[in-house]
Amino acid sequence: MNAAGALFSRFGIAFLPAIMVVAALPLIGSFSSWATLSIAGLAMGMMIFMMASGLSLIFGLMDVLNFGHSAFVTFGAFIAASTLAALGGWVGAPSLTLNLMALGAAIGAAALFGLAAGYLFERVIVRPVYRDHLRQILITMGALIVAEQIVLAIWGGSPVAVPRPALLTGSIILGDVAIEIYRLFAFGLGLAAYVALHLMLNRTRIGLLIRAGVENREMVEALGYRVDRLFIAVFMAGSALAAVGGAMWAGYQGLISATLGGEMLVLVFIVVIIGGLGSIQGSLVGALMVGLLGNYVAFLFPKLSLASNMLLMLAILMWRPNGLLPAVKR
Amino acid sequence: MSDFILRLDDVHTDIAQYRILHGVSLDVPRGGVHVLLGRNGAGKTTTLRTIMGLWRARSGAVVLGHRDISAMHTSEIARLGVAYVPENMGIFGGLTVEENLRLAAGPAGFDPGRLKRIFTLFPAMEKFRDKSAWALSGGQKQMLAISRAIIEPRQLILIDEPTKGLAPAIIRAMIDAFRDIARETTILLVEQNFLFASSLGETVAVIDDGRIVHRGVMAELAADRDLQTRLLGLSLDAHH
Amino acid sequence: MGANGPSLPDRARNGRLAVYAIAAAIGLILAFAPFLFGDVRSQQVAARICVFIVLVASYDLLIGYTGIVSFAHTMFFGLGAYGAAIALKQWGPGWSAVLVGGGAGIVAAAALAALIGVLSLRVKAIFFAMVTLAAASVMLVLASQLSAITNGEDGLVYVAPKLLTPATILFTGADGKAAKWFGVRMDGKIAAYYFVFLTCLVLFAALYRIIRSPLGAVLEAVRENEIRAEAIGYRVVAYRTAVFVIAAVIAACAGVVWAVWLRYTGPETTLSFAIMIDILLMVVIGGMGTMTGAVIGVTVMSLAQFYLKDLMGAAAEATAAIPVLPQLLNPDRWLFWLGILFILLVYFFPAGVAGTLMKKGTH
Repeated sequence: MNAAGALFSRFGIAFLPAIMVVAALPLIGSFSSWATLSIAGLAMGMMIFMMASGLSLIFGLMDVLNFGHSAFVTFGAFIAASTLAALGGWVGAPSLTLNLMALGAAIGAAALFGLAAGYLFERVIVRPVYRDHLRQILITMGALIVAEQIVLAIWGGSPVAVPRPALLTGSIILGDVAIEIYRLFAFGLGLAAYVALHLMLNRTRIGLLIRAGVENREMVEALGYRVDRLFIAVFMAGSALAAVGGAMWAGYQGLISATLGGEMLVLVFIVVIIGGLGSIQGSLVGALMVGLLGNYVAFLFPKLSLASNMLLMLAILMWRPNGLLPAVKR
Repeated sequence: MSDFILRLDDVHTDIAQYRILHGVSLDVPRGGVHVLLGRNGAGKTTTLRTIMGLWRARSGAVVLGHRDISAMHTSEIARLGVAYVPENMGIFGGLTVEENLRLAAGPAGFDPGRLKRIFTLFPAMEKFRDKSAWALSGGQKQMLAISRAIIEPRQLILIDEPTKGLAPAIIRAMIDAFRDIARETTILLVEQNFLFASSLGETVAVIDDGRIVHRGVMAELAADRDLQTRLLGLSLDAHH
Repeated sequence: MGANGPSLPDRARNGRLAVYAIAAAIGLILAFAPFLFGDVRSQQVAARICVFIVLVASYDLLIGYTGIVSFAHTMFFGLGAYGAAIALKQWGPGWSAVLVGGGAGIVAAAALAALIGVLSLRVKAIFFAMVTLAAASVMLVLASQLSAITNGEDGLVYVAPKLLTPATILFTGADGKAAKWFGVRMDGKIAAYYFVFLTCLVLFAALYRIIRSPLGAVLEAVRENEIRAEAIGYRVVAYRTAVFVIAAVIAACAGVVWAVWLRYTGPETTLSFAIMIDILLMVVIGGMGTMTGAVIGVTVMSLAQFYLKDLMGAAAEATAAIPVLPQLLNPDRWLFWLGILFILLVYFFPAGVAGTLMKKGTH
């Protein structure tokens, strides 16, 4: 009955991005433009997914909405840029090993920062205002302002160029379609992050605890677990993912400024709202839709690019007020 | 050795600005089924949640065995061997039946003997082992909630209105299961259904307006219609 | 409670009186600002304070009185401002342009608020905050991209209605120019200031009337306990949407006034996220849930914005030898310090200046 319908729509929704890709072909007309836009959209979607999934899980588990989440994105981007700049010799070298080492160092530095800053942020900023949404929104917003100002104080107000490792520049040509290597890399890394998250959530005991905690935190405690300790781990991991997403975004954009995180925050929010709070699959579906739609609309109707995502959000909210795949609540 | 597994001494609990419990004192003997009766809003659920540490007592003591647990974190209380079956059953609908049980079983995994016993008590649990818990019926969800409580050895099991909304046939099965469970542990049962409560309970306490108004042996209360009417009013008669 | 000294209720009353006295003093200073401060900059500050008091008080109706967190308040402010600005630009100066253009902006704000409210006020507060943030940022992008009518990032420059232009003479003096009263020329500039002051006074009074009305009592019930209010029979979503629309309309009105006073409307002066942050800071500093708090918060913040920068410049020079600190003390980084102040306030004085003073001694 209803359950079967619910099951069907849960699986059906997973295909929405694919439906979008297919539907875009006749609208765009040219196959090569369509392929390029689709790949760009998927790569962008995966990077946004990395930023959004942590926010969504943190919210699902503890009912905490962290407006400061985008600060991790900004810091991740700038730390990666500085690391790559400092390792300029490795970045520029035509050696695959050195390239990879520089890239690994940049992403690793961003992730480490995310873990450490996530720990501090949870302890100092978020913990005192659990269960008080109003003050939570205000305080994390205040933290976002302060973080943005710190970025401005350290890296200055003018845009910073991000060196891209030699191996990730250029494109692969397949027929008349040029595929930027960096986009493939971003897509691959995002997909790896999704698979890792999915396996962690569905195959490990910690994942079991997180899924149970998202549904009913009190009951998990009544079974003998400390959800607050679990939460700090999730908060750190989510912050690290956001920082890595920021690092990837920095390489994608090539030129970054302190407002990057704030700009991404809007997209990340739209993704989390579309996907449904607390759900990793929802975040993935939402992020891919936002990435694809952004690229298609930028090509078809350049002025409507951001507004298109807003319209997508409104349409989905009308259809499903709690988002596409919300985590089951009680 | 104390004869009592649980003692509440003059427990006061507030929820936000509302005072709910005004000095609840309660002794639960070790072993068997013991019942806390009372009408809606009398403070039954609040009493259970206070024992479990889900709400903090403003004053008074909650003693489990010989330890005062009133300041302990819920998870610590659970690890002392207290299981809680809330009124809404607290099932994780997104998890399978087995995953629900696995969480309750702790990191060492299932004890095969206990798992087998659960499957004997509630065959549906074996049948739907790999099904999502949200697909279970109301009665099956209640069985899963109780299975979670007995998948490990416990000192005390707190159960909040397990018969609410269940069909009479399921309630009868539930009575047998509770009798079986109570042979190895203690159950503190919160109920409004007097027939169900009186067929299981050894001792009874009646709560009204946040205070215990009667304590005694269940058989005596079950035999005394006048006392029932005086303590429990019409609400219980209306129930059946 | 000691035998000496005032009793607790007395102290609470004294705090309340102090808040009203401060707010009244600010009101009086604003009423006579052109006579008290001769320079243009001070009059600019005073007019900004007037407009922002209305903007912040209408925001407080949401956040303080109803517990709704919205990030779209600048969007409504901007709709009013752009409505008036576009009409003044297209049709030239005139009150009809202000009325029709501003009116259109106000109607658009009301419609948009109703749409957002109906769609997303049903769900959690946090969800609503996210939706409004997304909507506001889209509006900001639209304003800078639809440059054919908004002139994009540069914004619109236009002429105010004739009465409010400096060349207008209100009272002719002996020398044939505008008369001087108490040393102030009675020209269009003073008319413009009093246009701002009086319209803002009316809007503020309207807000005050709303919170003292039965609607205010319902809102309080909803804020205190949503489920209880629903049980009593209040249709919570309907009330919330109504309040959201009222707040949007008043913000749009403030936008119209702001556009007429500035004779310039651009993303930076109306829609930018920086203004939304200003509003948040002001409402928290003043005290959520108190209309007088809005008056105090706006005044404190506005003065800080103008004078903190000077102070920080001096401090940055004094600490030039220390690393990083001078960068943080750079006048451009004043938001850093306000951000920290904001966090500390939310932690320790969530009631703000007015709320803390009023409650002083009650616990």
